[in-house]
Amino acid sequence: MAQTTADLAHIPAAEAPATEHHVGWWQVFVRFLRRDKVGAAAFVVFGFFVFLAIFGPMITSSSKVTDLTQIYDPPSRDHLLGTDYAGHDIFTQIVRGTRSVMVVGALAAAMSTMVAMTFGALAALLGGRVDSVILLLTDVVLTIPYIVLLGVLATFVKLSSPVFLAFIIAAVAWPTLLRAVRAQVLSLKEREYVEAARVLDLGTSHILFREVLPNMTSYIIINFVIAMTNAIYGQIILYFFGLVPLSGDNWGLMIQLGYTKGAIFFNDSLWYILMPIVAIALLQLSLVMIARSLEEIFNPRLREG
Amino acid sequence: MAAIAQERPATARFGAWGALRGLWSHFLVRRIAKAIFTIYFVSSLIFFMVRLLPGSPVDVYINTLMSQYGYTYDVAADQARSIFSVSADKPLALQYVDYLKNVARGDLGQSVLSPGVPVTEIIFKYLWWTIFSVGLGLLIAFTTGVVCGMIMAYRRNTAIDNIFSVAASLFHSVPSYLFAILVVVFFGVRLDWLPIANMRGSLSSGQQTELSFAFVEDALYHAALPILTYALTGLGAWMLLMKSSTIATLDEDFVTAARARGLTERRIAIRYVGRNAILPLFTQLTVAIGFVVGGAFLVEPIFQYQGIGYTLFKAIQSRDYPLLQGIFLLITISVVVANMVADLLYTRLDPRIRTSGRSD
Repeated sequence: MAQTTADLAHIPAAEAPATEHHVGWWQVFVRFLRRDKVGAAAFVVFGFFVFLAIFGPMITSSSKVTDLTQIYDPPSRDHLLGTDYAGHDIFTQIVRGTRSVMVVGALAAAMSTMVAMTFGALAALLGGRVDSVILLLTDVVLTIPYIVLLGVLATFVKLSSPVFLAFIIAAVAWPTLLRAVRAQVLSLKEREYVEAARVLDLGTSHILFREVLPNMTSYIIINFVIAMTNAIYGQIILYFFGLVPLSGDNWGLMIQLGYTKGAIFFNDSLWYILMPIVAIALLQLSLVMIARSLEEIFNPRLREG
Repeated sequence: MAAIAQERPATARFGAWGALRGLWSHFLVRRIAKAIFTIYFVSSLIFFMVRLLPGSPVDVYINTLMSQYGYTYDVAADQARSIFSVSADKPLALQYVDYLKNVARGDLGQSVLSPGVPVTEIIFKYLWWTIFSVGLGLLIAFTTGVVCGMIMAYRRNTAIDNIFSVAASLFHSVPSYLFAILVVVFFGVRLDWLPIANMRGSLSSGQQTELSFAFVEDALYHAALPILTYALTGLGAWMLLMKSSTIATLDEDFVTAARARGLTERRIAIRYVGRNAILPLFTQLTVAIGFVVGGAFLVEPIFQYQGIGYTLFKAIQSRDYPLLQGIFLLITISVVVANMVADLLYTRLDPRIRTSGRSD
């Protein structure tokens, strides 16, 4: 943050005691996590899911053995989390499903963050007609209930690849983020270093990419994490509606199958329907807590003491 | 508008009133224009999705008729026209104009699964149940949330505040559909406390739609679980919002002034703090309406509550495109109208909005 400011206009803030500034984010991060137990736990849980996403499909076998004598078994030594409607192991499915949930979530979050950042910042910087048009479109999309829009859009396209799935989710997820980015840029716009850049006539793209966006990194990272939680819910919804081809492994697919196979009406099927929900809840909770911790790390004013 | 008023200081009072009125209508006009644009945008979006995407529903439908029933293209296109209210043989621009005309007249085509039944008829059969359950759920969540939020703000940092805060964050973070699944799985199946099988549908079989105590009781019985879900999952956000809003209002000068004047704490809480603290919540109400309607779309199928969300779920699963389009359009219209009403209500409640509109 201090760099771009420093080489353009020598604002006192940039000359703050060097020692303060040379403490990298990483050190702040580690120091912070030592005090923030919840945040640390969230990072550990999230790290665990990342581990599952990367190595899960390697350490488990993809072959599903249908065993009709073991339908809806409770957890046992053979099946850590019990079995599903056809005697498949639930634990394996949870582990294997992690990757697609995380990949689609991250991809969709990246796409919507990108759109929101570019157009939100442009709207705020250019103002006038551009701002009005972008804001109008945002408002229109924001008015339509998210879930309905997602469901209806998805019926018209074949969601066969993860990229496409992420694209559809991102297509409905950008407006909230765009408004947040726009508001943030509007306030940054009034800062001295942006004004200095404008006086120096450095052009919109320079102001946007060299002055404004670098100063929003923390804000964008936090919003990315939040966007990811929404994207994960989004794909669960798509699976739940049966709009995604029912193949492969995914937690949403497990809920969908649980629902359509009548699992929520069978007493014994508790484990099958519950486990993906627990997995989703854990992942989402860790993401929300990470967002909260990051906010405190990046914004020292929120920290106490 | 303001400039004209300034030029005529003689009629300042009248002019200012006129300017204000002009602004008010201006705001109203702008608001309505935006609402109409939104509806137009969604209708067009639907049209282009149906017509322009490769393998569009109309083409698929025509091809199916031709290959399975041996229809000629003309006959098939004719059939498609009555179902989708789109004529596949005309140029696209003309189709678009025709389509918009039909939408404006309220002709949304017919259901593919039950040909001959207009989409609007199906929609109006189910819509009321959703409005009833969603509206009641929202109302319960809003009022309870406002009361609890004020209690939290007044009893800051006490045990009750902490308990409420944790509960609010918890309810707020659980999506309504997961909550619904948990209710069914735990209370319905595992513990067997709720007769979920009996509670399905919007009315018991044999119950007539009439204005009687039995009817209202039956309707409430079937809607109880969806309403509970909307109320509980919505409650948390209102509590937290009202708490922070009340805390902010408590610091205002007029509250201090009211205290100095020796007004009773009860009067201050209701007429001074409450009335002002609730204002920002109305802007959130517009967001919440859309959110709950979206949620109904997932909650209703889980409880098998036969509202519009359930119907949409079925339409999506069976790819009944005309019905799906109709419901999508109708949900958009109802959310747009609800938003507009909430916005206008807000400007009535808080006159500051009307004057601040001048700046842009």
